[in-house]
Amino acid sequence: MKRRKVDLAQAPVTFARGVDERYKAATPLRGLLNKVFPDHWSFLLGEIALFSFVILLLTGVFLTLFFDPSMQETAYQGAYPALRGTEMSQAYASSLHISFEVRGGLFMRQMHHWAALLFMASIVVHMARIFFTGAFRKPREANWAIGVVLFLLGFLAGFTGYSLPDDGLSGTGLRIASAIMLSIPVAGTWISASIFGGEFPGHLIIGRFYIAHVLLIPGGLLALISVHLGLVFAQKHTQWPGPMRTNTNVVGERMFPRYALKQGGFFMAVFGTVALMAGLFQINPIWLFGPYRASEVSSASQPDWYVMFMDGLVRLMPNWQIYIGDYSIPPLFWPAVVGLGALTTVPMFYPWIEARRLKDKRIHNLLQRPRDNPERVGIGAMAFTFFLVATLSGGNDVIADKFHISLNAMTWAGRIGLLILPPLAYYVSVRICLGLQQHDREVLAHGVETGIIRRLPNGQFIEVHQPLGPVDDHGHPIPLEYGGWVVPKKMNRVGALAPAIKGFFFPVELPAEAPVSPAVPPLAGKPEREEITTGN
Amino acid sequence: MTTVHDEPDSPVDVNDPRLSRFEIVKEGARRDEIEIVTYESQFHGHNSKAEKRVARNIALLFLIAGAGGFAFLGFYIWWPWRFELGTAMSDYYTPLLGISLAVALFGVGFGILAWAKKLLPHEVSIQQRHNDPSPGDEQLITGQTMAFVAEELGQGIQRRPLLKGAIAVGLAPIGLAAAAPLIGGLIENPHKADPPMMFSTGFNQKFNDGKPVRLTRDDGSPIRPEDVSTGGQMTVFPGIPGGATNEWADSPTLLIHLRPDDAEVTRQNADADRRNKDSMWGDYVAYSKICTHAGCPASLYEQQTNRLLCPCHQSQFMITKNAQPIFGPATRRLPMLPLGVDEEGFFVAKSDYKDTVGPDFWERP
Repeated sequence: MKRRKVDLAQAPVTFARGVDERYKAATPLRGLLNKVFPDHWSFLLGEIALFSFVILLLTGVFLTLFFDPSMQETAYQGAYPALRGTEMSQAYASSLHISFEVRGGLFMRQMHHWAALLFMASIVVHMARIFFTGAFRKPREANWAIGVVLFLLGFLAGFTGYSLPDDGLSGTGLRIASAIMLSIPVAGTWISASIFGGEFPGHLIIGRFYIAHVLLIPGGLLALISVHLGLVFAQKHTQWPGPMRTNTNVVGERMFPRYALKQGGFFMAVFGTVALMAGLFQINPIWLFGPYRASEVSSASQPDWYVMFMDGLVRLMPNWQIYIGDYSIPPLFWPAVVGLGALTTVPMFYPWIEARRLKDKRIHNLLQRPRDNPERVGIGAMAFTFFLVATLSGGNDVIADKFHISLNAMTWAGRIGLLILPPLAYYVSVRICLGLQQHDREVLAHGVETGIIRRLPNGQFIEVHQPLGPVDDHGHPIPLEYGGWVVPKKMNRVGALAPAIKGFFFPVELPAEAPVSPAVPPLAGKPEREEITTGN
Repeated sequence: MTTVHDEPDSPVDVNDPRLSRFEIVKEGARRDEIEIVTYESQFHGHNSKAEKRVARNIALLFLIAGAGGFAFLGFYIWWPWRFELGTAMSDYYTPLLGISLAVALFGVGFGILAWAKKLLPHEVSIQQRHNDPSPGDEQLITGQTMAFVAEELGQGIQRRPLLKGAIAVGLAPIGLAAAAPLIGGLIENPHKADPPMMFSTGFNQKFNDGKPVRLTRDDGSPIRPEDVSTGGQMTVFPGIPGGATNEWADSPTLLIHLRPDDAEVTRQNADADRRNKDSMWGDYVAYSKICTHAGCPASLYEQQTNRLLCPCHQSQFMITKNAQPIFGPATRRLPMLPLGVDEEGFFVAKSDYKDTVGPDFWERP
């Protein structure tokens, strides 16, 4: 029998043909490879959140292999001498086990925690980018709402996650969570008893939080992230205005080869950053807190940063209790239940609110510079100031301690600041936006300030302006339309000076020749660059 | 073999063997409504000096990544990692893992980034996007189809009332049946226990066979008055089995031995109060340690000002005035435990707390 010769070079072709015959993949695959993505550094903020989520999944799976979500009491007999013999829950004992007796376990734990902080931080910064550039406008309103839900899910994932080790700090957090549930009118005691399986703390909560933390919430996150990215993909990414860019195109790079490669590199860089932080910066040293005891707490008991605004609002809330007959609503209800509910749902509707206010039904694929919508910037600044004051108040005892300020003064400063500073931030940011707008229009109308002062024959001094466009018969610039993008405001932006030399240790490329007007020939060849010294 | 032209307006025949691969790519992009405006090398000439330098740098980055990876493995395997007391080599285990892994990942990351940004040709492509809704009559047709489906099912029900009733009576229970185990299994009645859990602590005599419960330390040992010095305080627990554990999370109590003049003021205020009357014993007073705001232990005792401060949300309570809140978000005073001393000379709770212990809730009387 004659042996058939295998043509290796032809194998991929044969394979690909076989795949296409079965799945008709050729056309959609080409579309995917060719898809054009616009490029801007601010578009990468959401990527950081995505990459942190991947790191969370990877490190989280590792931690589940060793963690025991049980509240069974046990006497610790592990490697950490200071706690040996102490009664503690299995959950806390196994967290200590991960930290001290699993090779590289502490590193994984710290990587998981740092990635969680980075996840939430990048979500917030990414949302700020979306908000201030108007990227949430039609047709992307739903994706904004999904993003807000993702923040809430991340918040819950974080809270359930740092409750799991059952150390002194996380038990205190659980105690407060129980109090928040109790504060809900009518059903509060029933909700708390149902979730904790009886009176606080019971024996079930760690197991329940565990399944929420490793299955339910990540499942929800995964599903919503898929929809979120799917919509970005289907609707195509927004882009900044600029040359060639219109509302009906995308200017950028095809996904392959360059764009995807850059994403891969960026992922590795984010991963590296988390690894470096996990190695060098200690986070949540649970062995110092001891097991949870209902009777013990230390000062400076702070939650993770993204929960601190809630803690701050709870601290600032005055002691106003509402009595209705024999019943009452404790003050904790307002910041912790109504406040958190409002802060995570009202922003969801902002795209529709703004569209209604501006009577704007058009489709927007071009981003807006923040200055071009001062009211929106004002609202955003207001929200962030509120968040900042609340977050700082969440650590007001530490601030009071370190700066030797009265604790009560800190609380009052927070209360007043929470009311006064947001409107102030609104006013200031709107004025800044209007000022920037006006300067853009001035430069478009009169040209760039050259810094050259000329004295006219009649003795008047004027500054010479470099027009950005054509001039009329009198030499005055013809006013230009604002294009929604950066207006050059300095002479070297319009090519008056040579571009800066690139390269860290030595020049990578020769500096381009400065453009020289044919009307003014260079005086004596090329002027040498001189070092400016003080003359010593 | 016949060529099927699915793109009749295609200006190029992709089967033309004279076409370069890039021209085929361009044609593919054109079919995806992409115009590749520029795709040009960043270097002057093939294999230029600059290009070689960039390639060398990228190679170096990948080699650094490899070195980092090996270092990580080396540290992971050979560096002493078991916890030791005091300063030890193992203190550096986690930092070394972090640094070496970061070097490896940064090497890969920046290598790839440099490859993409410095070596690959610069590209500007423009893809068209369509903001129009579905074309032509599609909206109408799909809408009518959905209306048709609704009508078929809806009218069917309209015309057949028996079906309507059957759906309401027959199918609704299935939904409820699906929800029932979840709700029924989770739900706990907070008021069923006797004594009711929301209103009782470990100091309730029912947990001690009807006898007054002793105040104990966390090791279970009872306390005599002379164990707490003047101006001192002690966290005490109910003297029942497991009284100091989290089983009795509402029971931790702060026993304070006041200075005589403070005690006098405190007693006057307590005796003026209906519930706190006769709850002190000598110069001793015991307040619940569980903050009435959010349930943290209000454990910071300011001896000079006679205040208790809760470190969680900074509620402050005045010890001499029935532990009324004087600052912060708490609205309710800390309950006072009726103190007594039994025949053996140990502190006991004469009864359970008369106020509700712990964070506030709707149906608290």
